[in-house]
Amino acid sequence: MEAMEREGVKEVFGLPGGANLPMYDEFNRCDIRHILVRHEQSASHMADGYGRVSRRPGVCFATSGPGATNILTGIATAQADSAPMIAVTGQVPVNMIGKDAFQESDIMGMANPVVKYAFQPRTPQEVPVAVQKGFYIASTGRPGPVLIDIPKDVQTDKAEMCYVENFKIRGYHPWVEPDVTSIGRAIDTVIRADRPIILAGGGTIISSAFAELQALAEFLSIPVVTTFKGKGAFPENHALSLGPIGMHGHAEANKVISEADCVLAVGTRFSDRSVGTFDDFESRRSIIHMDIDPAEIGKNQTTNVAVIGDVKVTLRMMLAMLQERRIQITEGGEWVRHAQEMHKYWQENLKIHPGELSAARILRKLREVLPSESIVTTEVGQHQMWASLFFDVISPGTFFSSTGLGTMGWGFPAAIGAKVAKPDVPVVDIAGDGSFNMTENSLATSVLENIPVIVFLVNNYSLGMVAQWQRTFFKRRMVGVDQGQCPDYVKLAESYGAQGIRAHTIDELDAAIRAALKSDIATVIDIPIDPEEDVLPFVAPGTPLTKMILPS
Amino acid sequence: MVWAIFSILVENKPGILFAVTHLFRARNFNIDSIAVGVTENPTYSRMTITTFGDERQLEQIRKQLDKMIDTVDVRRLDDHKTVYRELAIFKIKIASAEDSMEVNKLINAFGAKAHDSRKESIMAELTTTPDQIRAFQELADRFGIIEMVRTGIAALQRSGS
Repeated sequence: MEAMEREGVKEVFGLPGGANLPMYDEFNRCDIRHILVRHEQSASHMADGYGRVSRRPGVCFATSGPGATNILTGIATAQADSAPMIAVTGQVPVNMIGKDAFQESDIMGMANPVVKYAFQPRTPQEVPVAVQKGFYIASTGRPGPVLIDIPKDVQTDKAEMCYVENFKIRGYHPWVEPDVTSIGRAIDTVIRADRPIILAGGGTIISSAFAELQALAEFLSIPVVTTFKGKGAFPENHALSLGPIGMHGHAEANKVISEADCVLAVGTRFSDRSVGTFDDFESRRSIIHMDIDPAEIGKNQTTNVAVIGDVKVTLRMMLAMLQERRIQITEGGEWVRHAQEMHKYWQENLKIHPGELSAARILRKLREVLPSESIVTTEVGQHQMWASLFFDVISPGTFFSSTGLGTMGWGFPAAIGAKVAKPDVPVVDIAGDGSFNMTENSLATSVLENIPVIVFLVNNYSLGMVAQWQRTFFKRRMVGVDQGQCPDYVKLAESYGAQGIRAHTIDELDAAIRAALKSDIATVIDIPIDPEEDVLPFVAPGTPLTKMILPS
Repeated sequence: MVWAIFSILVENKPGILFAVTHLFRARNFNIDSIAVGVTENPTYSRMTITTFGDERQLEQIRKQLDKMIDTVDVRRLDDHKTVYRELAIFKIKIASAEDSMEVNKLINAFGAKAHDSRKESIMAELTTTPDQIRAFQELADRFGIIEMVRTGIAALQRSGS
């Protein structure tokens, strides 16, 4: 705990149990706040949300065995989305490991594939160094989750606190200076292109390269699309913004990137959900790939130019070189005008569901009422993709979602973690009923720990995305998607001592959001929508971005 | 598909072999053979892994291995500039005195060593390239191979290459 305090930890999300009790006892003797959860998975998502917002590792605690397996989903989620996290699990005493002891699980083995690194100190002397190195590994380079699994006797045995100064990890070199020659080639490639486009990914947000990205786009007059994880890397009300590409990307973004002859990809791993099909995407254009992780270069897409390094540094160097070479393109010409016309056309002409509470209307209402610096998380499902389509992120780096692993139940606890990291701004979880069900008991944490967040519940009483796939690909053979009108979310919220408001009209929704923003306890806004509403446009899995299903 | 040899210097700590082999499984790569042992510096082990893949896959294998924090140095060896050997032990059936002579001749021809020579079986130990082991196996097969074991190759790049 002393080592944690030394790393600047102020809060820990967790749940005690037999094998981490000695550690928990230390909360009585230190200034770290413990935030009690109702399920360890939620602790890991809270730490994840905290980490993404603060850009410092969030910390979660769980006991051995089932406690440890419960946080695995959260660890895997953080790994898939490169979020900094420290997960500390209790373990059975060293001499009991391997004896199938009560609440023993080989969490080191289970977590190995989904962590950036894992430590299991076998003596108390090893603990402070594991904490030091853990924080260093989790937060440097491409961030990720680090597991520290501490046997119970290691927690109780005494040793001198021993830290290491200026330590080196000989197989870990997170800092790479971007190569100037490659940046020069990137500039040449972009300048020579007729129809260049910038694709900003999650890496842009992680390294907060917002100013650099915007400066580059404006300096060269290049339209900007993002991946879903990169949503909000670039202000979505900017004249050069086209929004996210991908399976449920903006129509204009998918169309314009499909026409581009050069993609400048910044901090992205080219997920299948973003690019449709790898072969089609790479065959039509030159690709410049900037990323901090060398293993991402060439993994999914063959690139013409690769620049390895932190994208903020890379973009700064690129801007400096452009200025040095006196290259500036203030007039984007025909291509930029075309992109802007497409944007205008689709913003005005994309058919939206006619209902009063259509996804588009409710999310645009939320945008209208919510201050732009508010932090928004989402769950996973239709509401998440509607948020991608209809909720514009104005202030960069304020939108977070489980994009890689697609973990239902992530958004609400992540919102609580985000609120702990930034208590002064409103935090909203754009939720669906199916996902919210998975971690809704975090309402107890929100209420009792006084961490008020807003759950914007887009409620279609079903597992909506699965239902949409069954309607689209399985000829309406519906199985296992109906959730019934259960529970009553207003009563559910109230039973936890939170505020529950149901909105049947846009005006009621307006009032509900305003009431929630004023509330000092958590608010669940239940918004019943048409269960048949689909997320469109839709690029079916395994097809290129050009084959978009549009609303008819 | 190309055959490739990777030489991986790793921290000599528990769990690393698991992590490396798991990476191959998780990333949908294949391990053709693997050999592991401690090095001149006892804090390091060296793994020699052989695998098949196209160039893009092999480059991914190298990068993913390199990304692991406990791997200190990852190299794809050029098999023309590398000394690589594998140990194999065969237990071969002997049906007659004539067989015994033939098998001994085979063992000598391959520069192998004979062990545990009995009336009904003989053991042969070979240290050579995987190709030679396969050739020996084919020839020994007509006598009947009772059991065999291979270690996987160990490899070091020649100096100055």
